Amino acid sequence: MEMRFGKYGGQYVPEVLIPSLKELEKAYKEYKDDPEFKEELDYYLKNYAGRETPLYFAENLTKKIGGAKIYLKREDLLLGGAHKINNSIGQALLAKKMGKTRLIAETGAGEHGLSSAMVGALFKMKTRIYMGAIDVERQKLNVYKMKLHGAEVYPVESGSKTLKDAINEALRDWVETFEDTYYLIGSVVGPYPYPSIVRDFQSVIGKEAKKQILDIEGKLPECIVACVGGGSNSIGIFNEFKNDKEVKLIGVEAAGEGLDTEKHAAALLKGKEGILHGMLSYFLQDEDGQIRPTHSISAGLDYPGVGPEHAYLKDMGAVEYAGITDEEALNAFLELSKTEGIIPALESSHALAHAMKIAKEMDSDEIIIVNLSGRGDKDLDTVMNYVKF
Amino acid sequence: MDKKLVSFIVAGDPNPEATLKFMKALSKHSDIIELGIPFSDPMADGETIQMADIRALNNGMKVSKVFDIIREFRKYSSTPIVVMTYYNPVFNMGLERFLKELKESGGNGLIVVDLPVEDSEEYLSHCKKYGIDTIFLAAPNTSEDRIKKIDNASSMFIYLVSLYGTTGVRGEVSNLAIDFLKRTKKLCKNPVYVGFGISKKEHAKRFIENGADGVVVGSAYVKIIEEYGDSEETIKKLEEKARKLKEGILEGSK
Ligand SMILES: Cc1ncc(COP(=O)(O)O)c(C=O)c1O
Repeated sequence: MEMRFGKYGGQYVPEVLIPSLKELEKAYKEYKDDPEFKEELDYYLKNYAGRETPLYFAENLTKKIGGAKIYLKREDLLLGGAHKINNSIGQALLAKKMGKTRLIAETGAGEHGLSSAMVGALFKMKTRIYMGAIDVERQKLNVYKMKLHGAEVYPVESGSKTLKDAINEALRDWVETFEDTYYLIGSVVGPYPYPSIVRDFQSVIGKEAKKQILDIEGKLPECIVACVGGGSNSIGIFNEFKNDKEVKLIGVEAAGEGLDTEKHAAALLKGKEGILHGMLSYFLQDEDGQIRPTHSISAGLDYPGVGPEHAYLKDMGAVEYAGITDEEALNAFLELSKTEGIIPALESSHALAHAMKIAKEMDSDEIIIVNLSGRGDKDLDTVMNYVKF
Repeated sequence: MDKKLVSFIVAGDPNPEATLKFMKALSKHSDIIELGIPFSDPMADGETIQMADIRALNNGMKVSKVFDIIREFRKYSSTPIVVMTYYNPVFNMGLERFLKELKESGGNGLIVVDLPVEDSEEYLSHCKKYGIDTIFLAAPNTSEDRIKKIDNASSMFIYLVSLYGTTGVRGEVSNLAIDFLKRTKKLCKNPVYVGFGISKKEHAKRFIENGADGVVVGSAYVKIIEEYGDSEETIKKLEEKARKLKEGILEGSK
């Protein structure tokens, strides 16, 4: 496990959190390769969450676009409707092993909040979800679902009242409650060891996808495309292919209303190095080092930073990063819904939109895998504002 | 050695001119003025200081103006000034440039809330080079080993966080805090100051009686600023608050 990815990462937190992070590191090192722990994790991933997920050849879409074959890694079919559950099960099991009785989590779109509320119910842990007051308003359905599972949803009124502020508030809670409380971070962000832990729990996506594409096509894909908010579904699918030089990895950030406007959430493409939420990474910030407000049509990508491993992968040139606008994502959302009968999450629609762009330029015997990180049911309120029938 | 009162306010809350007036008022009874640089994401702070940061930023506060305030203050007073900040504004400006400007403006020390002692090697050597004193925080759950590292890395005082939580006014001094103070005193060569949650004369007295070399008070002042804004009333009340706290310190020193 790595404290830093190149210079990125680290543990930039107030002193009071250092012992909790050390406790977490120790516990994770103890259990991560423990056969019993792995068996339990696999059991819940399979029987509770619904792994493995299919790798589906989107034939209609491929034909319509004309170019590379497009495969979809169907994380949208998991319980809760997104990849977030892979990580929530893993960390909740770890929390139990550590003897913690209470979970706290932050959420933007509500997907990680929902998956944390689900595992809170499953493992009988008291659960509180921190969610920006604006997001509570935007994502009513997920808020209601979290409450159905018995979680308390705490609307965060500070700062910009979105995901970054929910993380601040969860950290403030943890500073007081670390003795019985586990902070279940939802992406590959935060202080060490979170970026490594979340990556490990999400890397099941890439492990399955690699095996599946070799079974179906007998070769590796030319390209893998995933959206990047904090960066967990993308790291999750990229990780297994990191050493396959012939596979091009592309992370897609939210370009919002355009990368040349102020209204986007593209930390890697437009941000600069900074320190927030315990990590050295790329952040959208003003000339004074104040974190800037962000915008994306998809709440799950609406975050001013990105996980430190992505910052490193970008600097190394190991992953290419691109931006997709709100409009392009919305079009991809509509296209997949119509051609394949699959409603993708707006986050995943960013990855899909980029794949559709590049597929055209590729040969018909080449392959793209898109990580379909979630389903779009949660986004229907948003989409209805744009598209009327 | 005389026991110290450190008085914290947020620079630019509600505007730089007011901050300067507040500093002058506080310095009548304070031994050190601590100036917070407002930050968009103050994760170690409770609501009172969060709101102060927002007031300052909404009124256009900038890091460069913090140095202007210090420079201006130096025309009137030699009371030492410690700047408290999150790391990002420093990192963004560049550590060396930040330290150079802090020194030139007349600043004396620096606290970076989210810089752990493990990652402070370069930081320490630059602080030394530019003649800026360092202060690190320790919490009740900090191990003895780390307290020693923190002591070694600090050159002005050690800042004990008296509780598990964020900044903000609290009711009573806990036994946890007193135990922690006694434990740390034995380990450190630096003076040990206690902060977080101190708002009353009695709190200050209690910590000093139990061996603290100083107390740090913040939210109690910031609450006054929150209520009375940029006014004569605020200045009067800040001065009064500092006077009482200093009284507690003197009583505790007997
Ligand atoms: C479906 C879906 N995809 C992607 C994301 C973005 O997160 P990450 O970049 O960590 O995968 C989210 C976050 O809420 C999400 O719900």
